[in-house]
Amino acid sequence: MSFELLEKFRDPELCRKLLDKMRGELTDELRFMEVCGTHTVAIFQSGLRSLLPEKIVHLSGPGCPVCVTHESEVNAFLDLAGNERVILATFGDLMRVPGEGRRNLKKAQADGARIKVVYSPFDTLKLAKENPDALVVFIGVGFETTAPTIAGTMKMARRQGIRNLRVLCFHKTVPTALDALLSDTAINLDGFILPGHVSAIIGTDPYDFIAEKYGKSAVVTGFEPLDILQSLNQMIEWRNTGEAHVANNYTRIVGEHGNPKAMEIMYEVFEPCDALWRGIGMIPGSGLEIRPEWEEFDAKKEFGIVITDGPALKGCKCGDILKGIKQPDECPLFGKACTPADPVGPCMVSTEGSCAAYYKYKLD
Amino acid sequence: MSEKVLLDYGSGGRASQRLISQLFLGNLGNDELNRLNDAAELAVSGRVAMSTDSFTVDPIFFPGGNIGSLAVHGTVNDVAMMGAIPKYMTCAYIIEEGLPMDDLEVIVKSMAEAVEHAGVLIVSGDTKVVPKGAVDKIFINTTGIGDIIVDPAPSGDSARSGDAVLISGTIGDHGLTILGTREGLDFEAEVKSDSAALNHLLVRLVQELPEVHVLRDPTRGGLATTLNEITTSSNVCCELNENALPIRPEVKGGCSILGLDPLYLANEGKFICILPEAHAEQALEIMRADPLGQDACRIGTMTDANPGKVVLVTGLGGKRLLGMLEGEQLPRIC
Ligand code: SF4
Ligand code: SF4
Repeated sequence: MSFELLEKFRDPELCRKLLDKMRGELTDELRFMEVCGTHTVAIFQSGLRSLLPEKIVHLSGPGCPVCVTHESEVNAFLDLAGNERVILATFGDLMRVPGEGRRNLKKAQADGARIKVVYSPFDTLKLAKENPDALVVFIGVGFETTAPTIAGTMKMARRQGIRNLRVLCFHKTVPTALDALLSDTAINLDGFILPGHVSAIIGTDPYDFIAEKYGKSAVVTGFEPLDILQSLNQMIEWRNTGEAHVANNYTRIVGEHGNPKAMEIMYEVFEPCDALWRGIGMIPGSGLEIRPEWEEFDAKKEFGIVITDGPALKGCKCGDILKGIKQPDECPLFGKACTPADPVGPCMVSTEGSCAAYYKYKLD
Repeated sequence: MSEKVLLDYGSGGRASQRLISQLFLGNLGNDELNRLNDAAELAVSGRVAMSTDSFTVDPIFFPGGNIGSLAVHGTVNDVAMMGAIPKYMTCAYIIEEGLPMDDLEVIVKSMAEAVEHAGVLIVSGDTKVVPKGAVDKIFINTTGIGDIIVDPAPSGDSARSGDAVLISGTIGDHGLTILGTREGLDFEAEVKSDSAALNHLLVRLVQELPEVHVLRDPTRGGLATTLNEITTSSNVCCELNENALPIRPEVKGGCSILGLDPLYLANEGKFICILPEAHAEQALEIMRADPLGQDACRIGTMTDANPGKVVLVTGLGGKRLLGMLEGEQLPRIC
């Protein structure tokens, strides 16, 4: 989209009008959660958070793939980093995620591990060809946004006869996690700002249960202040009339049924499985694993990796934060033992994590 | 094949002699440097400002300048930010074996142009050639000194609540040019480095307005980091007005493509000026009368609300923290 058009979605006059409207129509508290980390950052960066009426309670959800990567998954890829046969390929944002004993990929790299930051999963094809004696293992962390590209890479690798590429598949799916959150009675939410990028792939249908099963509203939303304000106003309106809907407010990018082609490729290679989410635990059917027909690419099989739930990192409140039970600055480690320079949990590492956003943008 | 810099040139023997007399003295020579003594003899007295900096920029050539002119501008500006007239410089070259001689010549020539324009003399120098891979093409260290002409000299810990915060022009141009060139990106509209010597403008400013509290050039870490340094050492709060920040549309566009924040990008030809409100208008007039300050404007105010912090009042009228950068800003490629 052009830059000028984007500016329109930041128009201060229109934003003020929407904020006034909100104030006029708010009767009681509205507790909303944005699922996606890019929304978290957008809400802070634009200064929107400081302008929202007090009655709007803003919570950040489990929408950053780095934040929800389970400790056991982190330890698994850190262990692989020590394997002499392996060249690990990863997106840059996993480099500083701390595992047991505060090890991370950056430190492993300094110790001599072969780790390559890639910008696209397709880069791993070249990497595998250039290093025929090594096993290139791509760390597959992400939601429906990244999974189709990785599926595409595996298809391409098979077509090109590349045999030394593996995927360590930790992909997770968003709607299943929201279902789990809503069924937890400790969590008190009125509505969701739904992720723009994920929805561009899956469309809005998979979210219908939010209104049907739980009577809550949810709006697929773009990343500009006007997008967010419009969605909040819609949710307030529905609540005042006692309605609940799942709507798409980001029609300039998200089609009703998403991107069927991407979904097809994704499910050709992956199938749903149970998955462990950091701080939340096991959510049935919320992960993706490599189908048996594609097991030649499966790093878990190759290295016998089993992901198990264990005690969470001591002191870290990531779970409560991802579930919207606590705000980041309510974590006793926040800003003290845990800072972006020396993070304890991934919510402080990821640029899209809510602890990092609080630390970076929040006044007082 | 064109000539390359060989290890011999750094040996101290004939080859070094030739390089120094032809290339360096030929371009940078002056009465003091030409004497080739072990040290320069200078007449300095009173309060002197001195600054040193090493330049390791990659790429060494970029739209708007190269490492040679940059090494002069950077040091001249640092000295001038102290309310001083920069007078003398030293420069040390560390050259990677294999650098094309033509490149070195272009660098030395533009260094010569830059000192000429800034009105400073290079009075001492050094050249080393190191094996391939020991440095990246060429590193240059420069040190500058100058006479301080105001008392007290402007200083980072002198900002006071109520002061106006001014900037001499658009921000982000240099940093985006460097990152863009490094990533091999061609921006649709022209973006080029703002690298320039600001000493003449700065001297005029402090001569007419000795009341200036702080002068700083927002180089590495950009405007946001420099302002954070100032608010920390002065223990005041800086409230920046996002709508007032001068950023070229090309720079805004380039930054949004690369996922960079122009507020953290380096500048090499701009300065921040913090001074009592009463003198703000006059300071802007002085700046705008110079081509290097034609886009000067007011961007904020010092307050005592959140001591030590920089607060951005966003385009929407909201407020948020504008913190220090954590690590390097990396362009996002996807
Ligand atoms: S990966 Fe996509 S959906 Fe997830 S936090 Fe980032 S932008 Fe949002
Ligand atoms: S502040 Fe650090 S330790 Fe606390 S929840 Fe956030 S990431 Fe975890």
